[in-house]
Amino acid sequence: MSILLIEQALNGVQYGVTLFLLAAGLTLIFGIMGVINLAHGSLYMIGAYAGMYAAAETGSFWLGLPVALAAAAVAGLAVEALVIRRLYNRDHLDQVLATFALILMANQAIILMFGRQPIFTRLPAGFDGSVQLLPGLAYPTYRLLIIAVGLAVAAGLWLLINRTRVGMLVRAGATNRDMVRALGVDIRLLYTVVFGLGALLAGLAGYMAGPIGAVQVGMGEQILLATFVVVVVGGVGSIRGAFVAALILGVVDTMLRAFLPTLLRQVMTPAEADQLGIGIASMGIYLLMALVLLIRPRGLFATA
Amino acid sequence: MRAVILILAAAALLALPFAAQAAGQPALITLATRIAVYAIAAASLNFILGYGGMVSFGHAAFFGLGAYTVGVMFHHAGAGPMFGLIPGTTHLLVTIPLALAVSGLAAAAIGALSLRTGGVQFIMITLAFAQMLFFLFVSLTTYGGEDGLIIRRPNEFLGLNLRDRVTMYYVALGFAAAFFLILWRIVHSSFGAVIQGIRQNERRMAALGYAPYRYKLAAFVLSGMGCGLAGALMANVLRFTSPDLMHWTKSGELIVMVILGGLGSFFGPVFGAAAFLILETYLAGWSEHWPLALGAILLVIVLFTRGGVAGLIARIGGALQR
Repeated sequence: MSILLIEQALNGVQYGVTLFLLAAGLTLIFGIMGVINLAHGSLYMIGAYAGMYAAAETGSFWLGLPVALAAAAVAGLAVEALVIRRLYNRDHLDQVLATFALILMANQAIILMFGRQPIFTRLPAGFDGSVQLLPGLAYPTYRLLIIAVGLAVAAGLWLLINRTRVGMLVRAGATNRDMVRALGVDIRLLYTVVFGLGALLAGLAGYMAGPIGAVQVGMGEQILLATFVVVVVGGVGSIRGAFVAALILGVVDTMLRAFLPTLLRQVMTPAEADQLGIGIASMGIYLLMALVLLIRPRGLFATA
Repeated sequence: MRAVILILAAAALLALPFAAQAAGQPALITLATRIAVYAIAAASLNFILGYGGMVSFGHAAFFGLGAYTVGVMFHHAGAGPMFGLIPGTTHLLVTIPLALAVSGLAAAAIGALSLRTGGVQFIMITLAFAQMLFFLFVSLTTYGGEDGLIIRRPNEFLGLNLRDRVTMYYVALGFAAAFFLILWRIVHSSFGAVIQGIRQNERRMAALGYAPYRYKLAAFVLSGMGCGLAGALMANVLRFTSPDLMHWTKSGELIVMVILGGLGSFFGPVFGAAAFLILETYLAGWSEHWPLALGAILLVIVLFTRGGVAGLIARIGGALQR
């Protein structure tokens, strides 16, 4: 039982760092630019598809990675230049709608190019086995790789934001946008850099997640809602909050999905227990968000 | 002038089934019925969104609850009482008030919690509650789970046959007319004025002695009830209800209808629902990739127009008067 518990906790951490890769970009975009970007999940999907395509053409997982990053970043920069730039000074409603329209278009464009069938990708060579972490606990190396990449990105972001000039501007922008502009900083450029970085991380998350689930249309929306929950729970604009919230929610969600049906089987028939368990487990993160917002209406690590 | 337009519009709506049949397009009647029902839902959302400035991204929850009230009551009319206590029913005169009560109670609970936040947190928390209800109904195997509930017979209502699409159209039209009459009274009451005042400046309204939270909550509940009514009617039109009715994209579609019609304009949601459903129907008939075109149209509208269809009509009207 405890082996199973550790294994699921690791799965939770792996899901959590994937959420963090997405949430970091989203929270910066919202905190600094004041834009709600529903299309962030589409960038995740674009990264997954572009990388998967390149990997299939070249036969190498690692050659797919730069393609995934580049595709997501280019798509992100295009979206920023063509759409988001016009939305900076609009209210949230216009932003929600315009980016909702982008989701519709991105999904359909992917269907036109790749069809509706989910595509299953193979694990990269060298990471297709598992390692013996504890006696009786063999854990897939690829999932460990994702955890390592996620933690490395988190550390890199921390350095970038706390130790570099760009990071200083990002922090300043999140605190007071108008003051940064008044001090003569080219805020337009900063916006573009932040958006591009967020898109890059989304593409990375999408490509890494590909071999674990399936690459399919709608994969972006599934994880987008969870990502928004992470951003809101963590406190909009806070990378640290996004990291903590992503890990908590990733573990909670995975644990509920893994163990709730089993627990419910004690009191009802297996078929009913499975469906009810999955249903309630899916509600878990939303319930957690509602609770957090009721206690701290601006999230756990809200800045001002 | 306004009275003339209203009478002409009413005459056109009453004559629509005959015109559709004469033109050999009976499918238009069902489309018009769906427009009438979605107009109710969109106008309910517009009441808090356009007049009240509350961006709810979870109104499909109340729409779905209304539909499930009809579906669940039908189910129990055949399968025995709910929890062995509450008997099922197939009478519209019972299911509609019940749908209003269920959606109203849900809106009171969700609104009471959500309205403690604001801005982006409000958008997300309403979305969260709607998702919770969505997953709840997905997991309820008794009521069909993911596949939904088929309602074999529509509700009984004054001896009318609601399976007949012309009859259903007139019933939906009647409910819509009554709904818009009541909404007109609410929007133009002092309560409506307070709600609009809160959108413009909440702090000032508080300083004037109105408790914004209570007014916003009352508006949220009314708005949820309107969506519940629309959902109950939709269950009778479709003779089917499923968790898809409360999916978050449905909430998005309702917002799209409000924006298409023109935020905070009284009849805007009618035009918005009509524009959205007509676009959807004809684009879907034209190509399976219709969301691409819909997305593009939506994007252009958001980026380059203000005030939606109603704004456009007002602008054309203004140009004509000049």
